[in-house]
Amino acid sequence: MLEAVWLIPALPLAGFLVLLVAGKRLGDPRAGLLATAMMAAAFLTTLIVFLGLLGEHGEERQFTQTLFTWIASGSFHVDVAFLVDPLSVTMALFVTGVGTLIHLYAVGYMHGDEKFPKFFVYLNLFAFSMLMLVLSDNFLLTFLGWEGVGACSYFLISFWFERPTAASAGKKAFITNRIGDFGFMVAMFLIFATVGTLDYVPALSAMGQVPEYTASAIGLLLFLGAVGKSAQLPLYVWLPDAMEGPTPVSALIHAATMVTAGVFLMVRVNPVLAAAPDVGTFIAWVGVLTALFAATIACAQNDIKKVLAYSTISQLGYMFLAVGSGAYAAAIFHMVTHAFFKALLFLGAGSVIHGMHDEQDMKRMGGLRKWMPVTSGTFIVGWLAIAGVFPFAGFWSKDDILLNAFEKSPVLWFLGLVTALLTAYYMSRQVIMVFYGDERWKKAAHPETPAEAHAEPEHEPVAAAAHGAHGDFKPHESPRIMSIPLVVLAVLAALGGLLNLPFKGAMNLERWLEPVFGHNLHHVTSTAGTKVSLALVATASALMGIAVAAAIYQRHRIREAAVEPRVLQRAWFVDELYQKVVAHPGRALSQWLASVFDAKVIDGAVNGVASLVRAGGTRLRVVQSGFVRSYALAVALGAVGILAFALVRSL
Amino acid sequence: MVPGAWYLALAAALFCIGAVGLLVRRNVLVMFMCVELMLNAVNLTFVTFARMLDDIGGQSAVFFVLVVAAAEVVVGLGIIVSIFRRRAGATADDISLLKG
Repeated sequence: MLEAVWLIPALPLAGFLVLLVAGKRLGDPRAGLLATAMMAAAFLTTLIVFLGLLGEHGEERQFTQTLFTWIASGSFHVDVAFLVDPLSVTMALFVTGVGTLIHLYAVGYMHGDEKFPKFFVYLNLFAFSMLMLVLSDNFLLTFLGWEGVGACSYFLISFWFERPTAASAGKKAFITNRIGDFGFMVAMFLIFATVGTLDYVPALSAMGQVPEYTASAIGLLLFLGAVGKSAQLPLYVWLPDAMEGPTPVSALIHAATMVTAGVFLMVRVNPVLAAAPDVGTFIAWVGVLTALFAATIACAQNDIKKVLAYSTISQLGYMFLAVGSGAYAAAIFHMVTHAFFKALLFLGAGSVIHGMHDEQDMKRMGGLRKWMPVTSGTFIVGWLAIAGVFPFAGFWSKDDILLNAFEKSPVLWFLGLVTALLTAYYMSRQVIMVFYGDERWKKAAHPETPAEAHAEPEHEPVAAAAHGAHGDFKPHESPRIMSIPLVVLAVLAALGGLLNLPFKGAMNLERWLEPVFGHNLHHVTSTAGTKVSLALVATASALMGIAVAAAIYQRHRIREAAVEPRVLQRAWFVDELYQKVVAHPGRALSQWLASVFDAKVIDGAVNGVASLVRAGGTRLRVVQSGFVRSYALAVALGAVGILAFALVRSL
Repeated sequence: MVPGAWYLALAAALFCIGAVGLLVRRNVLVMFMCVELMLNAVNLTFVTFARMLDDIGGQSAVFFVLVVAAAEVVVGLGIIVSIFRRRAGATADDISLLKG
């Protein structure tokens, strides 16, 4: 059964190729359904492989399938091979599972879009790349998938490239990721130079003998790659802008799967981190600071998707906190539950945007609970899950991370706790602003306050026309093809905690993943009393966040503007800072290079050689007089000269 | 028997006459004859050394020089004849069209 693993990435690849050739002919919605079917088949194949792996015993749960030799050059040898172990299968399961649901949702969401087939071409290519990334058995093949998902992310962010904001957001994502990719590549060079192979199993098992500074360098460089891909400080700036893409893309790529690739990579290379403990501490700090930083920004955003984007950055920070604390299983656990509830929240947000006729400003929403019962119901489940309310999925995974962070350092735990409070606060704020309170869209729907500032292109010409008239504007519930994935994800977000219940002896995610980490995995040593009290504190802080948000946005105890300072709305002016510190000097340097260096030095060198030759020619043409006898004289003198030289030499 | 050095001196004298003639005379035909003189001076040197060193190589080199000289005469005289056809005299300094 394990031999079927090659089918997992091959199915989306086949879907990609078919859609590339015949996508236009299949049209809307058959192209989307084909893509979804391919994903569903990949999911089923993954299930089969998963069952096959379950049949093996603990330590033997590792299987490598080599398809063919990719690169063979001297001692450098890379195969196209898949590594099946609990980690890669877990990743493949949720990538294909959540991916299938989002594909299905996208069939409804993208309905009526001119480029409908193209969207699914990219989506299937993305799924293929992501599966290569997680299933690969060496760094280079992972890097192939890594670049593939980056390229697909770029295509899909700027899917509606007619809008300048979408086009520039795509470029921003691509360029920011290049910085991280540089780290990944240098790390690969270093790994090959140190241990002579890029295959995971031999390279990682050799990490124990590598000097600590080399391991630290490898760890830091790989982490640089992870920082770019998983949007951590200071390279997170591309992710909020990436919300310019269609909402299913935000859910699939920029929340559930691609951005977790960095976390996956760090979990995969856990022996490197074990050999370099300081790097782990560094990762934990970067993670927790990112989590806190992004959470503060999320508190003041008004765009429904921007809130979720900053929330994603914050939750990814949590995962890195777990990685840095050695709690790899907790990181993967949170990654999976986060994929459930964040995909749910994004799809819910997409449903709201769809139902509100391309309105994304939460200030112009409110009271949608009555109009969109399924969306609001599922969204509220997602909210409870991310806020960490017992017994939803987020409670268990966040609690697991906080417990491990507490054992690493109480300061990390405290910062994580503050983030949890802020998370509960900003998500409650969002839920209240969108689904409760006054129906602000009624008065906002006037022609002089057009929604075009954040509006997505019109999906439904008829609905858009009705929106333009503003007479009979009413939010509407989304079609069933969009609400079914919402319901499934809501169930997963509610019950996801069952995957890893913190009870001894239970068959849970941590036991399942343990063979991958061995003794690199940090085991919780706290007493049951500590565990329970930490969980109680976390729950109390979550409830406090919800209560504060309710007091401000539901009962209006404080003026809303007072808790949304400009500095938070503008995301701590980081974009402006980067503009000043990086973009402006860069532009100035380019301009200097173009106007001064290129004109004077490069052109100067070329023109200088030309005029030198010309001047030489002008001098030398005098010699060419045309008089045969002067040539003869020159020949004679030359002959005499050579003779004289020969004589002098021989003396 | 005449010593070899005499032949060499004669060849050197002939060569110098030819070289100086080539440089100082302006008539193309005379210059041409001077070139022939130089070539034959070299031939004489070759033969002398062949005798002195008892080596056939020098004599065979003479054959090559003769063949080249004959070919040169054919081409050179052809050019000179065509120059005479186009203009009255054959002064080397008048023919200086090929200059930079």
